[in-house]
Amino acid sequence: MFYLIQLLNAVQYGLLLFLLASGLTLIFGIMGVINLAHGSFYMVGAYLCYWLAALTGNLWLAVSITILIAFAVGLLLETTVISRLYQRDHLYQVLLTFGLILVFEELRSVFFGDDVHGVTVPEVLNYSIPLTENLSYPVYRIFVTGVCLAIAVILYWVIYKTRIGMMVRAGNSNREMAASLGVNIPLLFALVFASGMALAAFAGAIAAPMSSVAPGMGNQILILCFVVVVIGGIGSINGALIASLLIGLADTLGKIVAAEFSGVAIYLMMAAILLWRPQGVSNKA
Amino acid sequence: MIQLTLPRLCLLAAALALALFPSIGTTFYIQLGAKILIMAIFALSLDLLVGHTGLVSLGHAAYFGLAAYVLALISPNYEAANLWLALPAAIAGAALAALVIGSLVVRTAGVYFIMVTLAFAQMLYAIFHDTKIAGGSDGIYILVRPELSIAGYKPLDLESPVEFYYFTLLMLIVVYGFLSRLLSAPFGRALAGIRANEARMRSIGYPVFRYKLGAFVLSGALAGLAGTLAACQFGFVNPEILAWHQSGIVLMMVILGGMGRLHGAVLGALAYISLQELLSAPALLGAYAKHWQLAMGGLIIAIVLILPHGIGGVIDAASRRLTYRSAKPEAIDER
Repeated sequence: MFYLIQLLNAVQYGLLLFLLASGLTLIFGIMGVINLAHGSFYMVGAYLCYWLAALTGNLWLAVSITILIAFAVGLLLETTVISRLYQRDHLYQVLLTFGLILVFEELRSVFFGDDVHGVTVPEVLNYSIPLTENLSYPVYRIFVTGVCLAIAVILYWVIYKTRIGMMVRAGNSNREMAASLGVNIPLLFALVFASGMALAAFAGAIAAPMSSVAPGMGNQILILCFVVVVIGGIGSINGALIASLLIGLADTLGKIVAAEFSGVAIYLMMAAILLWRPQGVSNKA
Repeated sequence: MIQLTLPRLCLLAAALALALFPSIGTTFYIQLGAKILIMAIFALSLDLLVGHTGLVSLGHAAYFGLAAYVLALISPNYEAANLWLALPAAIAGAALAALVIGSLVVRTAGVYFIMVTLAFAQMLYAIFHDTKIAGGSDGIYILVRPELSIAGYKPLDLESPVEFYYFTLLMLIVVYGFLSRLLSAPFGRALAGIRANEARMRSIGYPVFRYKLGAFVLSGALAGLAGTLAACQFGFVNPEILAWHQSGIVLMMVILGGMGRLHGAVLGALAYISLQELLSAPALLGAYAKHWQLAMGGLIIAIVLILPHGIGGVIDAASRRLTYRSAKPEAIDER
């Protein structure tokens, strides 16, 4: 039973990572922009959710508004700043988005302070399923797993079965060719970036009731997302899904086996995969 | 015979100004000056990778911080360590880490390199943060600075702020001189070739991997020197010293000063730390000083958008306009 719980936790954590990493990998694959501020949106999402939930008293409303705000901010950011980076070296993208992290982190400090907060789980989901006499599993975690799975399926459907998804894939494999075939690249880029940001903020918002809302939460998860993208291969949604689940498992297993070194387990796995396949699991290079 | 050209005169003047600085500054400014010199060495070490080899590392604080930890761990509790042993040991620790990590990350290129260097730096951060090594997340103190003595004679007392300042200045001059020699030597020319066109260098027959790894290890060792000095100065080491903020900041210094120019790295360190002091001074900005990172973040964004070649680029453009009216266009660096 103990291991079942750990397995469920691993899958749930992995799927949450996938929500972030899929946006990161698509933004990089399609737009060629490495976005360090991706984790900041996770953090901003969690704080917005905390604030709006306290304000409205309704978590669902709070999550919806958070998504809308993140999408709008993402659009604004893409059109004003990020769009100037497409032709620039990765170095400048790293620096500019590093600047964005400082700005977001400090704005958070100005508006919400530096305290750690919690968000209450809504009534409907606030109970646990008993598994044995003294072990149980919270329903909210199962709910989050379900939502993440649903989003993964929707994402897959949008990218592989719809016209927009076709354009996204075309842009991913050859930007110039897609543009010359009449795809509105600036609009597509803006939409992809804003959607990525909305996904990241959504991940932060639904994670808020499970874990604490804390400063620096975005940076921690950003680095895990990088590991996911490195393992999965840039621009690959399938790779991101496999890698997210692997990381979820490695992290949870690591915590059981040697809690102090659980942080290292993930990176050792990354090192091993780098030696085996420097271009990621799913990319043929 | 070394010719006295305008750039060399400028460097000489700058070195003289730095050497005379303690005679006019108060202790606070001398310590701030030493901090700038240390960060300048750190920025120089990163510029070797970013500006001269074309490898953008976002995990350079790992080697800086690791050397600081080595010094903290080998220093006896209440006595001074011997600098002649401690400094080489700390630098060797950083170089060894750079060799192990480098042999993995140098296989990757472009954006993978950025992410992987960051991830490995974060691994070291996780080790020092989560385990009990060297005080865990609380950090560890170095109560007594290492001693610089030759058979009982002490040429410099590192406990004195002024003499410590001169020691860091000496180190900066040594590193600067070493790097400028290295970059005009065949090794440095090969790195420039790799930066410009790696595939061509490989087809000529250069062992590109070994050159890149060599640059990575050397750069890590020099970062280790800076980290050791930083640990001496602050007398305290905690995991934040190898956190990725630190890596981002040193990258910022390199860009701010203009990468690929050794004087740029020094200028960048000077500019960044001066800016940080200005923006976080409550006397100047009152209650807003607490949120100085907001202004710093905004400035970083503005600089990337407006000044792609950094301060060094502006100075170069100005001096070109002054010296060569009939400018040679190929002298302009396109990156």
